[in-house]
Amino acid sequence: MPEFRRYSYDVLIIGAGGAGLRAAIEAAANGASVGVVCKSLLGKAHTVMAEGGVAAALANVDDRDNWRVHFADTMRGGQYLNNWRMAELHAKEAPECVRELEAWGALFDRTKDGRILQRNFGGHRYPRLAHVGDRTGLEMIRTLQDHGIHTGMQVHMECTVLNLLLDSGRIAGACGYDREKGLFLVWQAKAVVLATGGIGRAFKITSNSWEYTGDGHALAYRAGAELKDMEFVQFHPTGMVWPISVRGILVTEGVRGEGGVLRNSEGRRFMFDEIPDLYKDQTADNEEEGWRYTQGDKNARRPPELLTRDHVARCINREVKAGRGTPHGGVFLDIAWIKERMPKSEEHIKRKLPSMYHQFKQLADLDITKEPMEVGPTTHYMMGGVSVDGDSQMSTVPGLFAAGEVAAGLHGANRLGGNSLSDLLVFGRRAGRYAAEFAKGNPAATINEAELQASAASALAPFERGPAGENPYKIQYDLQESMQDQVGIVRTESEMERALEILEQLRARAERAGIAGHRQYNNGWHTAMDLDNLLLVSETIARAALLRKESRGAQFREDFPNKDADWGKCNIIVKRGADGAMLVEKRPLQALPPELKAVIEEMK
Amino acid sequence: MATQATFRIWRGDPSGGKFQDFVTPVDEGMVVLDAVHRVQAEQAPDLAVRWNCKAGKCGSCSAEINGMPKLMCMTRLSNLNLEMPVIIEPMHAFPVIRDLVTDVSWNFEVKKTIRKFKPRSPDAPDGAWRMQQADVERVQEFRKCIECFLCQDVCHVLRDHHKQDEFIGPRYLVYAAALEMHPLDTEDRVSDLKKKHNIGYCNITTCCRQVCPESITITENAIIPLKERVVDRFFDPLKQLFNII
Repeated sequence: MPEFRRYSYDVLIIGAGGAGLRAAIEAAANGASVGVVCKSLLGKAHTVMAEGGVAAALANVDDRDNWRVHFADTMRGGQYLNNWRMAELHAKEAPECVRELEAWGALFDRTKDGRILQRNFGGHRYPRLAHVGDRTGLEMIRTLQDHGIHTGMQVHMECTVLNLLLDSGRIAGACGYDREKGLFLVWQAKAVVLATGGIGRAFKITSNSWEYTGDGHALAYRAGAELKDMEFVQFHPTGMVWPISVRGILVTEGVRGEGGVLRNSEGRRFMFDEIPDLYKDQTADNEEEGWRYTQGDKNARRPPELLTRDHVARCINREVKAGRGTPHGGVFLDIAWIKERMPKSEEHIKRKLPSMYHQFKQLADLDITKEPMEVGPTTHYMMGGVSVDGDSQMSTVPGLFAAGEVAAGLHGANRLGGNSLSDLLVFGRRAGRYAAEFAKGNPAATINEAELQASAASALAPFERGPAGENPYKIQYDLQESMQDQVGIVRTESEMERALEILEQLRARAERAGIAGHRQYNNGWHTAMDLDNLLLVSETIARAALLRKESRGAQFREDFPNKDADWGKCNIIVKRGADGAMLVEKRPLQALPPELKAVIEEMK
Repeated sequence: MATQATFRIWRGDPSGGKFQDFVTPVDEGMVVLDAVHRVQAEQAPDLAVRWNCKAGKCGSCSAEINGMPKLMCMTRLSNLNLEMPVIIEPMHAFPVIRDLVTDVSWNFEVKKTIRKFKPRSPDAPDGAWRMQQADVERVQEFRKCIECFLCQDVCHVLRDHHKQDEFIGPRYLVYAAALEMHPLDTEDRVSDLKKKHNIGYCNITTCCRQVCPESITITENAIIPLKERVVDRFFDPLKQLFNII
C-alpha cells in the first residue's frame, strides 16, 4: 500500500495564484496555521499573465467614480445574473485592497500628482484600472508572494490535489501527490479554500497554461458542492492567431484602452456596426469621439472596441465567418495608427504596452508600433464555478471555501476586464478570514484511511496499464478539439448533444490511459491525472449550456439567438445527485434589495 | 524552413544521464518548447519538462539551448541552425530532478533571508502614499523579473564555485536593489549585503545581464549601485580614519 506523507493545518489553501495567496495571508493574519498547495512553482500561477490592470473605484483619474458606478458596471456586464452581494462587496472593498498591495510594496504607475494611475477598460464607465504597464498580474502575484513568505505559511510547491476528504459531510482535508518525487501526501485541515483558477485547457485555443484543468471545480463537485453558471465561459476577443504555435496567447485589452482599433480585411472599423442597446448611450458613434475618450476626454463616450468581451468576441467571429478576416483567420488590431494623432507614438506604445511589444516582436516578428496585429478569440476565463455565500465565500459543503476564478457569482454571464484581479483580492481576503474563523470554531475532522488508499490506487492505475494503454496527451487533445468545435463561442443543441456523446467515449478512453516510466516528474502521468477533472468540467459546461435556451453574455446559442426574460431571472446549478448522476437545474436569482436596485436604475 | 529537425535532449536523474536524439516535424513560428511538447506527446510521454505560460511571462521553462541559458518558450526555431541537432539541457547550476527539470528550491529559501519591505508611514490622510513616476520607474525595471533563474544559472560564483551557501546570486541582488531603491522603503540591508549575502563575490562579468530575458540591466543598474552603497559604508578611507581617531 502506498505511503502518505502527512501534514496538518488549520487552513489549507489549494492554489497559489492571487486568490490563494491573498487568502493565505489573511488566514495567517487571523492566527491560523496555513498550508498552501500549488500546482507549479510559487509565483508562476496564472495571475502572472494578467496584463491590463486591477479594477477599483479609487477615483484618482476621474472623480466621478465611486463604488456605486463600479457596482452598476459589473452588474450590467454580467447581464444581471451576478450574485449582487458579491458585486456590492467587490465594488466597496476593491480600493482598500489595492491600497493594501501598495503598503506591501507594489509599485503601480502614477498620476502626475503622485497617486495610483488608472486606465480605461471595456465596460467600465470611468478610467478604473490601476496598472503597471501591461504586467499588472506579475506585480500583484510577486507582491503577495514576497509578503506571504514572511507570514509563516508553509508552501507545498508542484503538488496536485487528487481528492478532497470529508468527515460526515464536513471538510477534513485533501490528498494528492508531489510532482518532483511522485510521493503521495495528505493534508489534514479544519477548513479548505479552493483557489485553483479556471478551466481553459478544456478548449483547444486558450490563453491558459497546462494547469487550468478545472481541478477546483471538479474537486468541489465530487465533494458534493454546488456549481453555478457553468455555461458562461469567457472567450477573450483578442488572442494571437499567428504563428500557429502561439495561437491563443493573450493580447491585452489595454491595447484598445490606449487607442488601438479593430478593423476587418476591408479596413472597416466593424465594431461601429453593432452596438447593443444596453450600451448605446455610453458608446461613441464616431471615430473622433472614441479617440478623445481614450485620451482622457471626460466628455467623450467610449469607442465600441471597449464594449464587453462577449460582444467584441462575437463581432470578430462574425467578420471572420463572413470572409472579412485576415490571412490567418483573425481581424486586425491596430495601435500603430496612433502615429497620425501623436508625436513619438512609437515610444509611447513601447512605454504603455511593453510586454505586447516584446511578445509580438519575439514570437511573431512583428513591430506593433509599425504594423497591425492579427487577433482572434481565445478561451480565457470561467465565470462559473463553486456556488458560495457572498459574504464568507463558503460553499454548500461546511468548511469548504472558494475564491477567485473557481468561485461563481461576481461576474454573472460575463466578466469585465480588470474585475478578476480585484475579485481575487477582495474575495481571497474574505475567504481567508472566514476559513480561519471556521477553523477556530471546529475541531479537526478525521481522515478516512480507506478513502486515501482508494485515491492512491486509482492514481497508480495508469502505470499498471503501462505504455500499451491509451496515450493521455492524445485524449486531452481530442477533448480540446471537441469542446472548441461544439461548445465554443457559437453553440447549438445538436452540436452540444454530439459533444456529450464524444465526452462519454473520451471517458471510456481515459479509463484505459496508460503510461510508461515511474512516478518522479512524469508529465505523462500528470496529464492522465488531469483528464478526470477536464472531462467532468466539460460535461458541466455542455449540460448547463444545453439547458439555457437563450443567448446572454458569454453564452451564444445559434438556435436561440435572443435573450429570454424568464432565463434572465435564473442561474443554473450543477451538482451530483444521490445516485451519482449529474443534476442540472434552474434556480431563481435572489431578489435584489431596493437600495441596490435604485443604484442600478440611477446608473442606467 | 526545414520540415523536420533533430532535438538532442538530455535525459536522466541525479544518478546520471545521457543525450537522446528525437527527430520531429517542425512548422513555421515554432519555439523550442513546442518541439519538446511534440516529442513528449508522440515519442516520450514521460519526458520531464517544467513550463506554464508559454509566453515568456512566468519564467518556468528555463534550460540551456545549444549551450545558452534561455527560456524554451521564447526561443524560435527559425533563429537556430536546424542543419545541426538542437541541444537541450537542464540548467547546470541547480541539481537535476529529472530530464530538463532542476531543483530550484534553493532560490526560494534565499529570498526569505532578505529583509522584507518596510514602508514609511502613509503620506496622505487617505492612508496612501504619493510617489512620482520617475522615482517609481527605477524600481519597476527590477520588478519586471520573472524569476526564471537564468541569471543564477550563468553566474560563475554559483555555477562553477558552488557558493550557494554564501552568495545570493544576481536574482537576489536585483531583489535587494528593488527593495533598497523603493521610494517608500525604510529598511537597511547594506550590512547584510556585505556580511551575509557576500555581494563582494560578484566581479561584474555581466553574464547575468546578458542572459536576462526581461533585459533588466542587472549589473549596471542593480548590482553596481549596491556595491557602491557597501563601499560608502564600509570602505570609505576618510570614515575609516575617523573611526580610528
